[in-house]
Amino acid sequence: MRVRTLEIDGQMMTGAPGESIFNVAWNNGIHIPRMCHLGGLTDVGACRLCLVEVEGQSRLLPSCMTPVREGMVVRTNTPALQKHRKLIVELLLAERNHVCAVCVANGACELQDLATSLGVDHVRVRYRHPQCEVDLSHPRFGLDHNRCILCSRCVRVCDEVEGAHNWDIGHRGTNARVISDFGTAWGDSESCTSCGKCVQVCPTGALFSKGASVGEMRKDRSFLKYIVTAREKHQWIR
Amino acid sequence: MNIEELIETEQQERERQAGLRNRILCCSVAGCTAAAGSAAIRGSIEAAIQEQGLPGEVEVCGTGCLGLCGHAPCVRSANLNETYHDVTAADAPYLVRGDRSRFEGRTVRDTDAFYAGQCRVVLENAGRVDPERVLDYIAAGGYKGLLKVISEMTPFEVVEEIKKSGLRGRGGAGYPTGLKWELVARQESPVKYVICNADEGDPGAFMDRSVLEGDPHRVLEGMAIAAFAVGATQGYIYVRGESPLAVERVRTAIRQAEREGLLGNRVLDHNFQFRIDVRIGAGAYVCGEETALIASIEGQRGTPRPRPPYPPEKGLWGAPTLINNVETFANIAPIIRKGSAWYASMGTAASRGTKVYALAGRIAKPGLVEVPMGTPLRTILFDIAGGVPAGYAFKAAQTGGPAAGCIPAQHLDVPMEYESLQAIGSMIGSGGLIVVDNSVCMVDLARFFMEFCMDESCGKCIPCRAGTVQMHDTLDRIIKGRGSEADLDLLAELAGLMRATSLCGLGMAAPNPVMSTLRHFKDEYLAHIHEHRCLAGSCTPREEVALV
Repeated sequence: MRVRTLEIDGQMMTGAPGESIFNVAWNNGIHIPRMCHLGGLTDVGACRLCLVEVEGQSRLLPSCMTPVREGMVVRTNTPALQKHRKLIVELLLAERNHVCAVCVANGACELQDLATSLGVDHVRVRYRHPQCEVDLSHPRFGLDHNRCILCSRCVRVCDEVEGAHNWDIGHRGTNARVISDFGTAWGDSESCTSCGKCVQVCPTGALFSKGASVGEMRKDRSFLKYIVTAREKHQWIR
Repeated sequence: MNIEELIETEQQERERQAGLRNRILCCSVAGCTAAAGSAAIRGSIEAAIQEQGLPGEVEVCGTGCLGLCGHAPCVRSANLNETYHDVTAADAPYLVRGDRSRFEGRTVRDTDAFYAGQCRVVLENAGRVDPERVLDYIAAGGYKGLLKVISEMTPFEVVEEIKKSGLRGRGGAGYPTGLKWELVARQESPVKYVICNADEGDPGAFMDRSVLEGDPHRVLEGMAIAAFAVGATQGYIYVRGESPLAVERVRTAIRQAEREGLLGNRVLDHNFQFRIDVRIGAGAYVCGEETALIASIEGQRGTPRPRPPYPPEKGLWGAPTLINNVETFANIAPIIRKGSAWYASMGTAASRGTKVYALAGRIAKPGLVEVPMGTPLRTILFDIAGGVPAGYAFKAAQTGGPAAGCIPAQHLDVPMEYESLQAIGSMIGSGGLIVVDNSVCMVDLARFFMEFCMDESCGKCIPCRAGTVQMHDTLDRIIKGRGSEADLDLLAELAGLMRATSLCGLGMAAPNPVMSTLRHFKDEYLAHIHEHRCLAGSCTPREEVALV
């Protein structure tokens, strides 16, 4: 296998053909911000946080979906990119009701961590304060649309790893919501296997285990690596 | 039908039409039928023909858009070379008799500026061909382009011919059509697709719908030529469900073409197969974006995906896919028939050929016009379409719907072509032209387009989903007199983010109307902010005082 040699933020790196810029950077200690990407799931390029500058390209490219090429020169953290990322996080925080102080995921929230690391100390756009529902119909888990950022990780893990496809995105624009089955209550879902994978991959407090109080929800994603590795190496049939 | 039969059919139909004393053609696209009842008028003309004992001598049939949509219904008398507008059922006997005095003040001759100023390629059959009769299309030289490529040319030569013509995609982005075809043709794949994007959704734009309703065979022929050039065997026309007549006409045309052997397993009895199916969209604006359109055909949620890979590499069901707009396909047959040199002789160096515009808003003759690329906006609006009605003053023209910008009065002489419009912060887009007069507030106009984009955003990527909402709210605040100058900076910053980071063209282009009105009409924004008043007098901004 021929490796691809490229430059990311001034460092020379190598990646396998077809590997994404994001992965190569991550493996070499450069952590590009992201919300929708999660190793093991297919990428959708929706959050626009992992956009990077590639020399010779007029547009910014999503690093999670751009395969490395020989001789590529990539910049992942220019002032322009920082500015864009900050504003994207501000838009996310203003879009729904992200009130960390009363959130189950407080202290273990990817959105919170990202806002801190990007230096988002205030939000310049107006908070929208929409009225969002909370679905507590499932016996073990809850879905709080107030905290959802529509990263669609739950949709993909349910479809690709669990194989149930309980989740999908319904409606459009700012009214888009994660929906269970065809928009029924989660507790009435016929496809949900109650495996809880969606809860574990959710980056915020939108999906949580019942019984977790403020700041108590901790997510465990070790299962994902285990399953995906086993699948890739065909360990199931041994 | 084989090649000899096609030529023979053309001859016979031509002779039949030449033997008639007159043909009366009623516009039968949606603007004239649904809105103004041209079908009933057609019935009265039919009755008048019977009454005057002229069946077999005078014929009445439907035809494509005659262009004067604001004065529907329109009827054309073929041997008099005249078009009459605002026709009523009572006019029928006069039409049959050829009594021209009745239509004084309602007549537009072919030599009048409205038609003489135009250059019709895409619309060449409007007023000549009945969209529901394939024989009519054949008599007008139809399917001759397909015949030529199948019997005389190699796929490579077809691609080269389109490249030489200089045709650029008419859907809005203006990508060179020949290059796109070449990309698909080069792919090695047993399965390839050709898709016609008929998901026209810009407010005020109705070119593609009119072409499909008025001359559907032209689009089928263009697609078949494209399929031959790139090596595809299956095509799809993605039409939005809001155009039921277009869907019906296209389906009729496909059926006729299949029956005549112009589509199907052996096209024109040659070793070339091509089928076309219709897919109906549910009216999401974003489904006009090519990757969202493909997802929609596949039965998925109509959301775009990042490009690259572009559809020529990985499109419908992962196969190489050629996707062009209706108007682009409508240009193909004439280019093949008359040669690329003829096509390239029209327009400007960078933008060849002609462009159809849909005129709407405060204009004397709203409707469809087709002019060479590079025609000054003033010529289109004032010489051809009769200018702004008395009592109003021209303020701006919004080109290309919610994706483009406005052209103010000082730029009226701008040549309408891709690069010149870009230079003044607008673009041709799909070809909608909305004329705005002095009574319209430009901030309000910007808010209208932003509201459209906000409603039509699919919600997949954050800059578009949340950015459109924030921009809309900021504009709303300014209009209501609660804005500040800091809001203008916020608008600029949000616009910068959306342009640079949105996933698809919808989010990237959504800020354009705001930024272009800010560029040309900043005084109106400032008047709302500082003086709490609207310069156009159309909105009533007032500082609301909370008394709590």
